[in-house]
Amino acid sequence: MLYFFEQFLNGIQLGALLFLLAAGLTLIFGIMDLVNLAHGSLYMLGAYFAASFAERTESFLLGAVLALAATAVVGVLLEVVAIRRLYGRDHLDHVLGTFGLLLFFNELVRLIWGPAGMTLSLPSEMLNAVEVLPGLFYPLYRLVIIGVTLGVAVIIYLLIMRTRLGMLIRAGASNREMVGALGINIKLLYTLVFGLGAALAGFAGLMQAPILTVQIGMGENILIAAFVVVTIGGIGSIRGAFVAALLVGLADTVGRAFVPDLLRAFLSESASSSLGRALSSMMIYLVMALVLIVRPEGLFPAAGR
Amino acid sequence: MSSTGLASKKTWRLGAITPRIVINTALIAVLALVPLYTALNGNAFTLTLFTRIVILAIAALSLNLIMGFGGMVSFGHAAYLGIGGYVVGILAKEGVASGFVQWPIAIAASALYALVVGALSLRTRGVYFIMITLAFAQMIYYVAIGLDRYGGDDGLTIYKRSQFGALLDLDNRTVFYYLCLVLLLAGIYLVWRIVNSRFGMVIQGARSNERRMRAIGFPTFRYKLLCFVVAGAMCGLAGALLANHTNFISPAMMHWTRSGDLIVIVVLGGMQAIFGPLIGALTFLVLEEGLSRVTEYSNLILGPFLLFVAIAMHGGIDGLIAGVRRG
Repeated sequence: MLYFFEQFLNGIQLGALLFLLAAGLTLIFGIMDLVNLAHGSLYMLGAYFAASFAERTESFLLGAVLALAATAVVGVLLEVVAIRRLYGRDHLDHVLGTFGLLLFFNELVRLIWGPAGMTLSLPSEMLNAVEVLPGLFYPLYRLVIIGVTLGVAVIIYLLIMRTRLGMLIRAGASNREMVGALGINIKLLYTLVFGLGAALAGFAGLMQAPILTVQIGMGENILIAAFVVVTIGGIGSIRGAFVAALLVGLADTVGRAFVPDLLRAFLSESASSSLGRALSSMMIYLVMALVLIVRPEGLFPAAGR
Repeated sequence: MSSTGLASKKTWRLGAITPRIVINTALIAVLALVPLYTALNGNAFTLTLFTRIVILAIAALSLNLIMGFGGMVSFGHAAYLGIGGYVVGILAKEGVASGFVQWPIAIAASALYALVVGALSLRTRGVYFIMITLAFAQMIYYVAIGLDRYGGDDGLTIYKRSQFGALLDLDNRTVFYYLCLVLLLAGIYLVWRIVNSRFGMVIQGARSNERRMRAIGFPTFRYKLLCFVVAGAMCGLAGALLANHTNFISPAMMHWTRSGDLIVIVVLGGMQAIFGPLIGALTFLVLEEGLSRVTEYSNLILGPFLLFVAIAMHGGIDGLIAGVRRG
């Protein structure tokens, strides 16, 4: 039971992280109708920035703040220089162009930081474990991730649902032309949304940096998982992204933790371990395929599409 | 060959010698002469590179059939390369080396997978279709990682290439290259015939306006599914060739970035152009290879180049060639 609860927390943590990536992705997708394969690169940049700024300033917190700002700046620059020219084009042009950007950023990181990965060490007070339930110790930092990302998720939710800017963003997602016709500066709105998405991706990257090795290509697998979330949730829907992120996070973690054990009941030791590994990695794709077969437009199709 | 119709106007025009025909003919001539070139200067590497180009061109050709002509953007096309390759690799390890057995099974397995994936995926549209094809390809990718007996994550070396008795000796690089080239040209001819047939017209009609095609009585789902299966089978063959070429299979050949490569090749070469995939494969791989000799950080140039093509060129390189004609 305690083991189950621990895995549950891991799932929530992964889900919260995926939401940070998926929120930006689904907004960019829904509002600018842009397939952005370079979103994972911003996640990677966030982690690299955090690792090197923290090293320079010798402060985790200061490094994180600087990294967040730096990723947002990179995002805005990227939008102004390149992404802006891809709006209104075919999705395949987006795939080609942003795939090019993905290659570019991977190489740029290799040029600047070298091929070896980096590590970001936590401040010592973060290294402790907390007794969340009697007998269950859980790393403090992971709890902090859950708390902070859920906090950010709430802030985004309020921003999108309760502010004037959010109203414009939502309006943009359902009908771009109309928003433009009403005299809103669409160009600026797009740049802001892309910058916001970049900052969220960078934030996800820097929060993950102390747990993982910061390395080239770290954005690619998480990007695909984030796309899965966006698709399951319904493109352009923040609420859908949130529900889907938790669903995917839990499906992945619970799958990894329990599927091999479950199979062991039916199969031999070696067969169940290899099959279990395959099956648990497949879990989120299985969930997505099932969702799309039943609901071809995701769980919460954005209104007006 | 009629000179009217949706496809013929876009892809082929008989009677007038256009820059496109000149370039495509020159391209075939160059490809046919590559072994001669390598025999003369003794550099086997060029032949290896061009064999890879030709094989990936077959894969991209099959993707262009569904993506360019059919409007079905498959983001999981590398899965077929993997299935074709794994059939060859697994059978080779189990002692079945005959190509007469391996290759038909590779094609059939890919076609079957395409049938299942297509039947489930074609219910969705647009970006959802892109994502669901990706999802299925990821599942196959993880299945391959789980195949402990066949190397799991590390992949599997193939010690013996497919055997075709006295007919063909695939260990001979030149023979293997020409086999790939002939299969590519046969594939190009096949796609050309499909695209200009009644079947192809229905597929292209469904791309431009599926609702209208259904309204005039075509069961578009069945047409699209068959097209999807044909493309899968063709790409499975490319996978069997690729496994023979590298003597190695691994899950990495199905990683989603490989599917991305294939899309990039097709879009780069020019969608809905019969020779586009070949031009794209040639450009992409030669550029990749050439740049990696000039600089250690080749993607710093390749990446922005792809971005430039996406932003500035409509219809890829083929569009550029065809545009020359218009002046």
